[in-house]
Amino acid sequence: MVEITVENLFFKYPDAEKYALKNINFTIKEGESIAILGENGAGKTTLAKNLNGLLKPTKGSVKIDGVDTRNLSVAKIARKIGFVCHNPDHQFFAETVEEEIKFGLKNFGFTENEIEKSLLDVLKTFGLEEYRHKSPFQLSGGEKKRLAIASIIVWRPELLILDEPTIGMDYAQRLNIQNVLKNLVSEGKSIIVITHDVDFAVSLCRRAIVLSGGEIVGDGCLRKLLSNPEVIEKASLRKPFLIELEEEIGFSVIDEDFDSISESLIRVFDKCHS
Amino acid sequence: MNAVDFRNVSFRYAGSEKEALANINLKIEEGESVLITGPSGCGKSTIAKIIMGLIPHSYTGEFSGEAYVFGMNILENPVSNIATKCGIVFQNPENQLFTFSVEDDVAFGPENLALPPEEIRKRVDESLKLVGIEHLRYSSPNNLSGGEQQKAAIASILSMYPSLIVFDEPTSMLDPSSSINLIQSIFRLKEELEKKGGRLTLIIIEHRIGLLLDHVSRIIVISDGRIVLDGEPLSVLYESFKKKIPINIPPILQIYFRIKDRCGLEKPPKNLKELFSYLREASSEKHG
Repeated sequence: MVEITVENLFFKYPDAEKYALKNINFTIKEGESIAILGENGAGKTTLAKNLNGLLKPTKGSVKIDGVDTRNLSVAKIARKIGFVCHNPDHQFFAETVEEEIKFGLKNFGFTENEIEKSLLDVLKTFGLEEYRHKSPFQLSGGEKKRLAIASIIVWRPELLILDEPTIGMDYAQRLNIQNVLKNLVSEGKSIIVITHDVDFAVSLCRRAIVLSGGEIVGDGCLRKLLSNPEVIEKASLRKPFLIELEEEIGFSVIDEDFDSISESLIRVFDKCHS
Repeated sequence: MNAVDFRNVSFRYAGSEKEALANINLKIEEGESVLITGPSGCGKSTIAKIIMGLIPHSYTGEFSGEAYVFGMNILENPVSNIATKCGIVFQNPENQLFTFSVEDDVAFGPENLALPPEEIRKRVDESLKLVGIEHLRYSSPNNLSGGEQQKAAIASILSMYPSLIVFDEPTSMLDPSSSINLIQSIFRLKEELEKKGGRLTLIIIEHRIGLLLDHVSRIIVISDGRIVLDGEPLSVLYESFKKKIPINIPPILQIYFRIKDRCGLEKPPKNLKELFSYLREASSEKHG
């Protein structure tokens, strides 16, 4: 369980003139699923890096379970808060997929048995079994992305932050990631997803923090925010397909698959005429 | 002329047991716009690397078959020859930016062609404008956001005036409206070139099929190193749907494919409004 409190956070990169983040305030509690949305350059990744201590606030504070990130080491934070960066190449360094996944577990003092079991679990979950002994750099773009997530999720951090997790993924893998993340949330873990993929976000996250130009322009129920034309316009977003569909037919379809949505549509239109 | 001509091309990366591509026969004519899609790890990026000659010249592995790009046999031509005709925008744009300013990155290609300074400046101006990042001209690529880096990488290819551009997931880092803008500007660029009598071949590797559906004339689906479907976009997507190939068929078509026969829909809707009006029409016909 982890709680993050962000108070009056301002952040400026050392050589920059302008603040990348301005006056950011929010709290994250256990079991939350949050999407951070916003246009390119809005400050989404910068915000994420402030949450896990990779960056420290220029002004204001970020507290993890009441402790200021300035007083915590990145390694200590990482045990609780996992961060999957958008470019997997930045994250990999081990010689094999197996070693890449084991690295975190070893450092956090998991036992041999636990390590072996967790390794096999995530290899399976992410469809990486056949690559176990390969170099991470030999994988394709989408496979790297899966490995990047697997090698963080494996130590089961309390909060998992994912920067653009669905890039390079096909339909089946997106669904898979969605389910893996949903399971984490149902176990009381929290997730934060930075994404432009609003269709993915709407199926996964309850809450959205919408950034534009380094400021929060919306924080609350994701579905409400993504139905709000003003927010959509401001943050260069798009209304998710399922929300659009719901508005047309007047009932919820968010948790349904295309088979049952199609059946519902047929029923709706048959009813009109019977 | 064929922009791309692969004859029985196979490739296996060194250290890998499986072939990344197996027996690919592929012709792409000059001026075509082709979308290549397929499950991740299926070999899409490998095709891109062969077109650029990076395979076999810079990657170790076992290459067989013949591959021609604008008539150049890639085995007999160094990457630098091929680069005068073809440009690639990689999946991770930051891997291809390496100088201290966006301007330098965009000028790098033309400088290496030893073009006169005025010409280089003109090309840099044009390219930055086309992708809409004139304001980032003097910024360091390292300080850009992911989406901005993607645009800078594209500008650095455009400045080479290529005959063929391969985009490997060009919009992966872009927000929805920038993605649409970027795709539109890519195709506008193609149109403009063609008005002036030029030809531009576009090969776009994307998972987000919906973004490109209105723009491309052909979709190729790769699965497990093989071409499994190749043809007119809508019929390729319908076949993928029937064969359950896990590609990102746009949601509106996911529904359309499921109900079109039962509801008697004749043409695919562009959006939900259209789908609903088609359904209303079909239903009132059915019920009198």
